[in-house]
Amino acid sequence: MHARIRSLALAALALSAVTTTACKKKPVLAPPPAPVVKPFNQDSANAAEAAKRAAAEAAAKAAADKAAAEAAARYAAAVAAAKASFATPVYFDYDKAEIRDDQKAALEAKLPIFQANADMRIRIAGNTDNRGSDEYNMVLGQKRAAEVKRYLVARGIDAGRIDVVSFGEERPAVAADTEDAWGKNRRDEFEIIAGANPFKLPGK
Amino acid sequence: MISRAVRAFGVLCLCPFVAVAQDTIPQGVRVGLTYDPSSRPGVFITAVGGPAGDSVRAILARDLDFGDRLTVISAEAGPPPTGAINYALYAKLTASAIVQASVTPQGSLHVAVHDVAGKRVLNVGDFAFGTAATYSSAWRMAVHRASDEVERWVTSTRGIAATRVLYVRDQRLYIVDSDGANLTPVGVGGTALSPAWHPTGRYVAYTQMADDGTHIVVRDIISGQGRRVPDLGGSNVTPAFSPDGSTLVYSAGDDGTDLYAVSPFGSEAPRRVTVGHGSPSSSPTFSPDGRKIAFTSGRLGHPEVYITDADGTNAELLTEKAAVEQPYRTDPDWSPDGRNVAFTSQEGPNLQVMMINVRDRKVRQLTGDARNENPSWAPDARHIVFTSTRSGAKQLWVLDTESGRTRQLTRGAGVARQAAWSPRMEQP
Repeated sequence: MHARIRSLALAALALSAVTTTACKKKPVLAPPPAPVVKPFNQDSANAAEAAKRAAAEAAAKAAADKAAAEAAARYAAAVAAAKASFATPVYFDYDKAEIRDDQKAALEAKLPIFQANADMRIRIAGNTDNRGSDEYNMVLGQKRAAEVKRYLVARGIDAGRIDVVSFGEERPAVAADTEDAWGKNRRDEFEIIAGANPFKLPGK
Repeated sequence: MISRAVRAFGVLCLCPFVAVAQDTIPQGVRVGLTYDPSSRPGVFITAVGGPAGDSVRAILARDLDFGDRLTVISAEAGPPPTGAINYALYAKLTASAIVQASVTPQGSLHVAVHDVAGKRVLNVGDFAFGTAATYSSAWRMAVHRASDEVERWVTSTRGIAATRVLYVRDQRLYIVDSDGANLTPVGVGGTALSPAWHPTGRYVAYTQMADDGTHIVVRDIISGQGRRVPDLGGSNVTPAFSPDGSTLVYSAGDDGTDLYAVSPFGSEAPRRVTVGHGSPSSSPTFSPDGRKIAFTSGRLGHPEVYITDADGTNAELLTEKAAVEQPYRTDPDWSPDGRNVAFTSQEGPNLQVMMINVRDRKVRQLTGDARNENPSWAPDARHIVFTSTRSGAKQLWVLDTESGRTRQLTRGAGVARQAAWSPRMEQP
């Protein structure tokens, strides 16, 4: 198609060159030229048709691409939201490892993600605030991670999919000595360590 | 020979001090001045001859002062004494003993201690510098060893100057001499916590923290070689060596934590010691005879200190649940004389350092100013090093549990904590 357009353009250039030279030669009156009957050019018709078709195709492709990109973005957002939901920490009371009632919804929300990603393995990291003994906090954090693992196993998750560790008070979420910071630091964190790439959304 | 000379001195001495029974002194070998912790006999250190003599004198004076058993008489040293000692002169300075020292051309510190009342030499010793460069760490340690012997000659109890403190600053390990000098990083990558000394002073064990959990590492501090001991995966924290150095006990577990024992240099699997039924346990510390372990356990729902036989049987609560709002007692450290366990207790808004007598369970609160925690006994079973916020950020402080005198051991930026006082450093 491109080759045809190029030869058409060359033909047009040649024609205009001939006309110009003719005018310069003789300023003699001549009978008006017979009206040029432009012959029907099958090539240019084809070219026009092709251009129209190409534009339509491009538009359709752009629309499809846009839709695909939007779908991908929606999916990515859904994955990000699901991952964020999975990573939502579970918080604890001071010197306690028992799961608070108000934290159970956050744990329940993780179950469909385990189910959708059957090979997924995770690590639960128990953490504490910095008020007690830093050595005892290491084992308190471990107990917090173990309690949440126990909860998930009781809800049907294979124990072999869950590692537990403790960072005690060594990795605070908020490095400050306030009630608010302490509350945010007494937490279990959830990290996907294997088997979730690609990540599957629940129900898909 | 020493004890004969010293017994003679004890008879000659007209000291007004009251005899105090101390379990650390074997029967029949009471030496030197009859020692009373409430009165510190005066000691005069004469000018020290030989290379770096002024520095030697300053280190001896500071060591004896930090020992809290002697009063170092601050007076101009004058020239190094030659010939006969004028005992009457030193008696006027209220000196009970004179320390006369010189750095010999052979590269040792020669020390003589005189009994002023007896007008005689009490004891003499040589402390080799070996190949240590003047002012180097090993050179200072030789002077510290001399200080510790001087303290033993005069008070019958060896000093603790020739020791070091291992601790954590900003999640890295450091070692500092007992007098605060010679701060040295222990070359460990990553986060290191809860360090402990092997009884030889050659190895340390600690908790190494990584993203996938915590492990126990034993490191040779001379060669720098480190080795991860067999563990259970996941969480493995708070190691402690048995007094004979053959066993390492630490806290590990998947559901809750128990104490486990391994050979620090072997490869056999850890064997479980405690049975906490899913509760958290940590911070083991052996009795000096190696037969018992004190540790922290949350089996009652809050941490308290327990004692168990080293095989895990006969676990019993040591720190009785007191009638306070927040029962919370942790981080025991068994005193080297076996009589007491120091620990951390929640008292009002802060943690405080306490000690409990193992036999009669009498408790003494040792601190009250700001937050104080994580005590570790010196080899003399009298001083402790602990973490305190009394000067702002956490730093290490040393407390004499007899007199209540405290001094700051660490300074500088960052947070210093989790101190472990070394055994006496016998090797240069």
